[in-house]
Amino acid sequence: MTDAVARRWRFVEPSALPGFKPAMGFTMVYLSFFLLLPLAALILRPWEHGWDHVWKVISAPRTLDALKLSFGAAFFAACINAVFGTIVAWVLVRYDFFGRRLLDAFVDLPFALPTAVAGISLAAIYAPNGMVGKVFAPHDIMIAYTPIGVMIALIFVGFPFVVRSIQPVLEDMSVEVEEAAATLGAGRIRTIIQVVFPVIFPALTAGFSLAFARAVGEYGSVIFIAGNIQNVTEIAPLLIVMRLEEFDYAGAAAVGLVMLTLSVVLLFVLNLIQSWISRRGA
Amino acid sequence: MSLEVTGVRKSFGRFPALDDVSLLAENGEFLALLGPSGSGKTTLLRVIAGLEEAETGSVRFGDEDLLAKPVRQRGIGLVFQHYALFRHMTAAQNIAFGIKSKPRAVRPSANQIKAKVEELLNLVQLEGLGGRYPSQLSGGQRQRVALARALAIEPKILLLDEPFGALDAKVRRGLRRWLRELHERTGLTTIFVTHDQEEALELADRVAILKDGKVEQIGTPEELYHDPASAFVFDFLGDSIQMACEVKGGMAVIGGVSAPIIGQKPDKDGPATAYIRPDGFQIGPKDGEGLGARIRDVLLAGPDARIDCVIDNDGAVEVRVPHKAAKGLAPKDRITLKARAVRVWA
Repeated sequence: MTDAVARRWRFVEPSALPGFKPAMGFTMVYLSFFLLLPLAALILRPWEHGWDHVWKVISAPRTLDALKLSFGAAFFAACINAVFGTIVAWVLVRYDFFGRRLLDAFVDLPFALPTAVAGISLAAIYAPNGMVGKVFAPHDIMIAYTPIGVMIALIFVGFPFVVRSIQPVLEDMSVEVEEAAATLGAGRIRTIIQVVFPVIFPALTAGFSLAFARAVGEYGSVIFIAGNIQNVTEIAPLLIVMRLEEFDYAGAAAVGLVMLTLSVVLLFVLNLIQSWISRRGA
Repeated sequence: MSLEVTGVRKSFGRFPALDDVSLLAENGEFLALLGPSGSGKTTLLRVIAGLEEAETGSVRFGDEDLLAKPVRQRGIGLVFQHYALFRHMTAAQNIAFGIKSKPRAVRPSANQIKAKVEELLNLVQLEGLGGRYPSQLSGGQRQRVALARALAIEPKILLLDEPFGALDAKVRRGLRRWLRELHERTGLTTIFVTHDQEEALELADRVAILKDGKVEQIGTPEELYHDPASAFVFDFLGDSIQMACEVKGGMAVIGGVSAPIIGQKPDKDGPATAYIRPDGFQIGPKDGEGLGARIRDVLLAGPDARIDCVIDNDGAVEVRVPHKAAKGLAPKDRITLKARAVRVWA
């Protein structure tokens, strides 16, 4: 069946709510100054010394290694956060115990703590002579100043995103649904996999995306624990800073542009997955 | 086989939710648990299902000790007030969930499961809607999916926790009748929790009335209505009017007129409270005998005429009389009220 009246394309659907123009105008101005202009600058800047220079910078092994480390470590950190953040959210929502509220408040600490402070504390703990590092050092396992150290810093900064994304969904999901599964004869594992997990999955993807995005751009905490060894523990944001210090603005912008492109593509894909999942049985 | 609950106790903190509850549901019986909120009826249902642990007492089905089994092995179907459907699964997937959860050795084949789901969809009159998600179904349809899902595991007992509580009045009434028919067809021992006395009296073979975690009375709807064991039961099963009276030689004297006492009679004379249904009054002219009253409003819609009046030096009551007795009455008229028969509990 077709609509009797052919629908004309419209920029804005009619709405009873007034104020679209001022609100939209404000949004555009705001976005322009704080988002679009800086991004436009980033997109335009790399080309000032020509395409060759851009290619030279981004194809250099040092750049490639840094990008690989940044995206790889961020991905693994987000994966680890997805697993443990879900468990933490579960504990905070489903059980009532002494100190639950305090624990709940702790989850936000990585948001509030200056990242440099976090980086220095992590480095102190995981360095070969630190509290945790001491345990692993005799077995020749180094944590600080290796890619593992980078990952630990990224886990730290991304952690709250997963917990805070999943928490409201779990709170919203009534215990009755799990009880129903139990009365129908399903065991705990089957209940979690088939009943609980599908419900929290969209939120989990959202939390994963946020944790991942945050980790890719993280700078402050990583540089203290990474040791910043070229081609090994040098992250892309640090490389950008190095290029800036060498006054190679075009080079810095080129690395930044690559990061931006990769991030946009990845976030877009994650968003697609998320909306595809939540459309099923929404 | 019958379900036998004996001496079950359960408290939440210091609040006793179930206080020595015993009852018996015969094989194939439709038993309603009726009571105000906080009376422990849902807790009792959850103890039977295994979602709540009893502190003492036993729950047996035939000679099987149900309390010794974990929830998932009890084989009891439970329907929740708010459906508790799996929202990411279609109606058919919801219904199949229980069958698919069976251990591999006893699980039917995929084709058998499919056939079973179709059969259940037919049973709950949702043919062709198996592919819908819960969000695409109405409240009544969702509850029928939940019922089919519970029936899919072929439970020994079916428990329904205020299944129509979240639905509107008209849908409720339709589903009520339908549920009764379904029960007749399946013959499954069913326990039904409700706070709606009309629903309980209409549906159940027997009704157990709960109050503060105790069974107040248990019996057929007829027994309960005509022979209530306590003032609470009388009050809970219908509108009731309470009046001060003087018991004298097996009669209750209200406003100088004595009325016979039905049911148990108090053993000693003296002041007491008389309980009367709204239709237990006779209206007389203003100079008649009985309690003097002034009419506030006469409501003529409905099977009976309802007369809202204020008794002199007392509160307002709404009495029900046949339409012809209400003829000619108007607001501000003075009348007299005489109770035909009353109940008195010591």
